[in-house]
Amino acid sequence: MPNQIPADSVGLVTPKTHHFTAPLLLACGRTLDEYELVYETYGQLNAAKSNAVLICHALSGHHHAAGYHSMDDKRPGWWDAYIGPGKPIDTNKFFVVALNNLGGCHGSTGPCSINPVTGKAWGADFPMVRVRDWVASQARLADVLGIDVWAAVIGGSLGGMQVMRWALDFPERIRHAVVIASALKLSAQNIAFNEAARKAIVSDPNFFDGDYIEHNTLPKNGLAVARMIGHITYLSDFAMGEKFGRDLRSGSFALGTAEPVEFQIESYLRYQGDSFANSFDANSYIRITKALDYFDLAREYNDDAVLAFKKTSAKFLVISFSTDWRFAPERSHEIVNALVGANRPVTYAEIESHHGHDAFLLPDERYQQVFGRYLAGVTI
Amino acid sequence: MRIDLNEIQHWIKQGSRILDLGCGDGTLLKFLIDTKQVQGYGLEIDAAQINTCIDKGLNVIEQNLDRGLGNFADKSFDTVLMTQALQTLHFPHLVLDEMLRVGKECIVTFPNFGHWKARFYLATRGRMPVSDLLPYEWYNTPNIHFCTFDDFEVLCHERNIKVINRQVVNEQSGQTLKDFMPNLFGETAIYHLSK
Repeated sequence: MPNQIPADSVGLVTPKTHHFTAPLLLACGRTLDEYELVYETYGQLNAAKSNAVLICHALSGHHHAAGYHSMDDKRPGWWDAYIGPGKPIDTNKFFVVALNNLGGCHGSTGPCSINPVTGKAWGADFPMVRVRDWVASQARLADVLGIDVWAAVIGGSLGGMQVMRWALDFPERIRHAVVIASALKLSAQNIAFNEAARKAIVSDPNFFDGDYIEHNTLPKNGLAVARMIGHITYLSDFAMGEKFGRDLRSGSFALGTAEPVEFQIESYLRYQGDSFANSFDANSYIRITKALDYFDLAREYNDDAVLAFKKTSAKFLVISFSTDWRFAPERSHEIVNALVGANRPVTYAEIESHHGHDAFLLPDERYQQVFGRYLAGVTI
Repeated sequence: MRIDLNEIQHWIKQGSRILDLGCGDGTLLKFLIDTKQVQGYGLEIDAAQINTCIDKGLNVIEQNLDRGLGNFADKSFDTVLMTQALQTLHFPHLVLDEMLRVGKECIVTFPNFGHWKARFYLATRGRMPVSDLLPYEWYNTPNIHFCTFDDFEVLCHERNIKVINRQVVNEQSGQTLKDFMPNLFGETAIYHLSK
């Protein structure tokens, strides 16, 4: 809870919702006749509307990227370390838009929303959404906000995939593309982790083939296990060792005691899993991890990312983190190499960090420098 | 600007595609973009230098040259440049091969360890030369593979590298002597190479 709002915070913010009535044809072939997107904005849109920046969120993110909703909030938005006055995404300069993607569970239309046709929650029937659907809906939000061209579209992890999709599908509407800890496509290992997580969810007896809302229950155990699996992969071995080691939360190894032992890491993971299961929707989790798995920038370009990037005209900033094994620096090298091969402007930095994939969310001096200096050079 | 950088522009074609290995603070890259409208990328590993390049709006890519240039396609650049970095590499000869694979032409500049001051320093003091041009002690120098102009000529010959142009420039004294006996009086060599 902030006793007072920090000077470099965007302060108290209120989410807005836009109801879209034009049908959206999804990549899966189904159509959403109407839908809502919830979003937040920080900073002021200038008269020329040339200073708008879009934030694309990752798996568990949402529209609340910075600031506080009330003075009772325990924590600010998920990317508060990077969005605010004087921060890398400087709200004194930029007008920042952050939204909750379609199929999510933080206010935008998703599996928990009411299907207007049936009058019941969509549940398992909510369509599969892909990265390109998110980008298409984000473009419609830009239309609503009167933004023809983004000064920059920015995202980490799955958010970075949306940024690349933006550069490809709307080359004339994006001037700078900032792709952080991301990949042209997931590796088999990555898909495997996602499938293990999904299997945990669908194996929960309370899942009811995705129609748990109809059964007035939630597959919380399955979702918690899914989050635990994910969480392990977002941290590095080193970071986990530093933070928890083999420290005990309770119990003892003393001979002659039957007292059960609980390691700190066990308790921590359980806490992470449980709190996630209380704030996230299982159907959303399944859809969003599927969108991750399906994404493959070069698929329609003969599996040639160079050919794909030739369609783009944005300037790219690509950033990776040394101990990120979920979206390893090698994946970012593939992005950079393809951009160079396509003769497209790109800057790349590999940040030394102990924090694994999570590093893209955490404060880091060099990361902030590279990010901030690059965005300082974006003309508005 | 460093004198070797100023000379290089004469060997760069207008609007060409260049790769600058160890681009430092990006001075040369920026200069060539401004004067020759080149399309260029710089490779660098030093965080502070990368920051400076970003400030200049350059395409700077963090990459360790000792890991090779395997990520760049054959003849994908008109010119691959490397100024004053050859002597800092673990495998200068292999990087040179890679430069000639990736670039249609290469330009390399390096300090001459056969300069009379270095020879005099070593001969009279019996210690590794330290000068304003090479201001490091032997144990902390980033320059781990020194060569003389003559050494470099031998390497080019051995590896069938064609020397298109060679030039010797002096920041300081010996402007006339350097043309007469470059390996003794030249400070910095600029080689324009192809395979």
